Amino acid sequence: MKILVCMKQVPQKDAPLKLNETGTWIREDVSYEVNEPDAYALEEALRQKEKHGGEVVVITSGPARAQQVLREALAKGADRAIHLEDNAFVGLDAFNTARAFAAAIKDDQFDLIFTGLQSDDYGYAQTGVVLAELLGWPHATIIMQIEKNESGIRVKRELEAGYFQFVDMPLPAVLTIQSGINKLRYATLIGIKQAKNKPLRKVSLAEVQSALGANLQKIERLYVPQKTKNTEFLEGPAGEVAKKLAEKLRNEVRVL
Amino acid sequence: MATTAIPKTKVSGGSFLLEERRPEEVFTPEDFTEQHQLIGQTAEEFAVNEIIPNAEKIEHKDFSVTRDLLKKAGELGLSSVEIPEAYGGLDMDKVTAAVIADHIAKYAGFATSWGGHTGIGTLPIVYFGTEEQKKKYLPRLATGEIVGAYALSESTSGSDALNCRARATLSPDGKHYILNGEKMWITNAGFADLFTVFAKVDGEKFTAFLVEKTFPGFSIGAEEHKMGIRGSSTCAIILNDCKVPVENLLGDIGKGHIIAFNILNVGRFKLGAMCVGGARVSLENSIGYAKQRKAFGKVIADFGLVREKLANMAVGVYTGESMVYRTVGMMDVALSEVDKSGADAIKEIRKAIEEYAVECSIIKVWGSEMIDYVVDETVQIYGGYGFVEEYPAERAYRDARINRIFEGTNEINRLIITGFLLKRAMSGQLPLMPAIKKLMDEVLSGPSVGEEVEGPLAEERKLVAQAKKLGLFAAGSATQKYMQAIQDQQEVMGAIADMTIETYAMESAVLRAQKIVERDGDSAAMLPIAMTRVYLSQAMEKIEAGARRIIAAVAEGDMLRTQLAILRRLAKYEPFNTIGLRQQIAQKVIERGKYTLV
Repeated sequence: MKILVCMKQVPQKDAPLKLNETGTWIREDVSYEVNEPDAYALEEALRQKEKHGGEVVVITSGPARAQQVLREALAKGADRAIHLEDNAFVGLDAFNTARAFAAAIKDDQFDLIFTGLQSDDYGYAQTGVVLAELLGWPHATIIMQIEKNESGIRVKRELEAGYFQFVDMPLPAVLTIQSGINKLRYATLIGIKQAKNKPLRKVSLAEVQSALGANLQKIERLYVPQKTKNTEFLEGPAGEVAKKLAEKLRNEVRVL
Repeated sequence: MATTAIPKTKVSGGSFLLEERRPEEVFTPEDFTEQHQLIGQTAEEFAVNEIIPNAEKIEHKDFSVTRDLLKKAGELGLSSVEIPEAYGGLDMDKVTAAVIADHIAKYAGFATSWGGHTGIGTLPIVYFGTEEQKKKYLPRLATGEIVGAYALSESTSGSDALNCRARATLSPDGKHYILNGEKMWITNAGFADLFTVFAKVDGEKFTAFLVEKTFPGFSIGAEEHKMGIRGSSTCAIILNDCKVPVENLLGDIGKGHIIAFNILNVGRFKLGAMCVGGARVSLENSIGYAKQRKAFGKVIADFGLVREKLANMAVGVYTGESMVYRTVGMMDVALSEVDKSGADAIKEIRKAIEEYAVECSIIKVWGSEMIDYVVDETVQIYGGYGFVEEYPAERAYRDARINRIFEGTNEINRLIITGFLLKRAMSGQLPLMPAIKKLMDEVLSGPSVGEEVEGPLAEERKLVAQAKKLGLFAAGSATQKYMQAIQDQQEVMGAIADMTIETYAMESAVLRAQKIVERDGDSAAMLPIAMTRVYLSQAMEKIEAGARRIIAAVAEGDMLRTQLAILRRLAKYEPFNTIGLRQQIAQKVIERGKYTLV
């Protein structure tokens, strides 16, 4: 099986969120890491390759620093990498990112494309789904398990309240992978040493520009939520207070 | 991002005292390659996910856990960067070795076992083994399938290891050496498989042997009850007519001292790296605690005297990193010039590392004293909670103490530093004497207008130059008085070592800050510059005190007064506002909740 894994470099979980006066995120003291669900997507791809053979290719978009994500994936066992390298990629919405990826891989024939379920920074959970639509492939989200069978694959999806759904799908397909479904491997030192010699193709903005359109989504404003604290005393006989409280919990706080 | 200059020119060991370095001539953590970073990440994840969750078990001496972890570390490649590829190793640079040691050091109990195994347990074979010995043992040491240990000390000989009582005699059939005696303080003894044991052949020729624990006549004593690093194994080993096959003789008969001293030299830099790694953890624990503990209605991280401690700890970590990575960077440049396929490759490699014996001793002494300061202040910040076992401060405090004792006591290392420099000076390898003479002429001819220093960190670089002069001046006065007999003046040798150590630390901090300024500009280097200034202030006090101590011992009357006048001139500078600088540093590390330079 030939599997593409879409990966994203995101700020580290403990990165300070500081904004300047114009509402722009100050990033100079931010360190970056691999988006966590993408790490699980990569791990799943490597496991599928170990079972069924094939190739694992990783792709990311972003400035030069994003290459670290690809090197890490290569060190863990991916065979080659594609880097859409330009600062401008950071500003693309999910739709445009998917269009850029689709354009960059047009000459490749993949059986499966994995993405993490969502990104730890913006959390749109859209890129994978949009990419499937652009390619005209079926997709399934929140994947917990993948079994290859004669007609394609059988996947286990996580639903709400502890329910799961099993879906039989043809190939090729796009799957968005849930965090925690497998145990992540470490990049071994020998893997890190070998990663240096694995192919890494760079794709410029110009090469995919014609596939892109205007962003459909944009961030209007970034701000730190203001803490508000309202204390309200319910008075009256116990029965009435309980009734009022239940009402508030149901209609205002909506926890009942 | 501007490209960083990674040093390519080889410099000789100890030359920092006489020559001025430019930032592009030193390696700093900012110069880590993508590969160094990835390896650091693997080591970090291994420490956080595998070592730390098991610390409690290991602390209670469940050494099966230690063995499992050594195996896992081996499988990841963390234990074989210093083993040649031909014997199952990865043969990577010393920066990598230091990066790994730095991260593994998060829990000292395991770090000691790992350090003992990969360092003194494995390196004797790497550097002195025969082809057969290397083939037989190194691949399994690399993977952690077998664990190594090093048996040099005895109950009555430690720093004077050559004075050992263990004996070896050749068996009548010439096939075995029969070893008798007892070795003490052997790290990993409780679970190791292979020991490098030192004994005297025929009672006089000091020699090393590779002894497997299964050899007849070999047994292991009880675990010592130690103050710290309780998660490591330390026992005596007993040799009772222990039969060691002649092919397990390591190196030449009567040449054991070469192995004994070199192995400590070639591994010492990693102890420096571990001290820095351990101190960083303690600092981060302290920040975390200070941010949540409240007193007088405020968190204690708001109090100046607590902030001052946090700042000092961060300065320690910064300076330590600067010294350690500068040192391993120098070794890597020297090692890159060795033809590894050559017949004398191993000898050349050893020589390239030994070249920096002074620097390695410096980072061992400095690092172990820095971490002791850091863990001490950590206990202080935790207050009563620092004194009980439930909090991390107490164990870290106990664990750090051994660093000043093992791998050559700090006293022995101080003598190595001054002794090595003097030896090089006498042989003319290091033009120390001409430099001293030039300085003496210069200072005796009266006050001169100091050379103007320009560019980034000009004031700081000037201070480093002054520190060097103070060191040379004091060393010059002492050698004039004692000549060769200075070797017998341990206190003077120690004071010269102190000044040398501080000078190296100062210069390493300045060069790193300078490199950051040149790459990223002044504003990005705010913290490194602040840390450097705080460090320089501390170091100048120590250097001045050291010089004063020496001068008072070697001169009197008018001579003493003249020399003191010179000293004051050399030590004169406008002080930095260290209170303000420490506030700046503390503010940032508290804000970030961790050690940071940005």
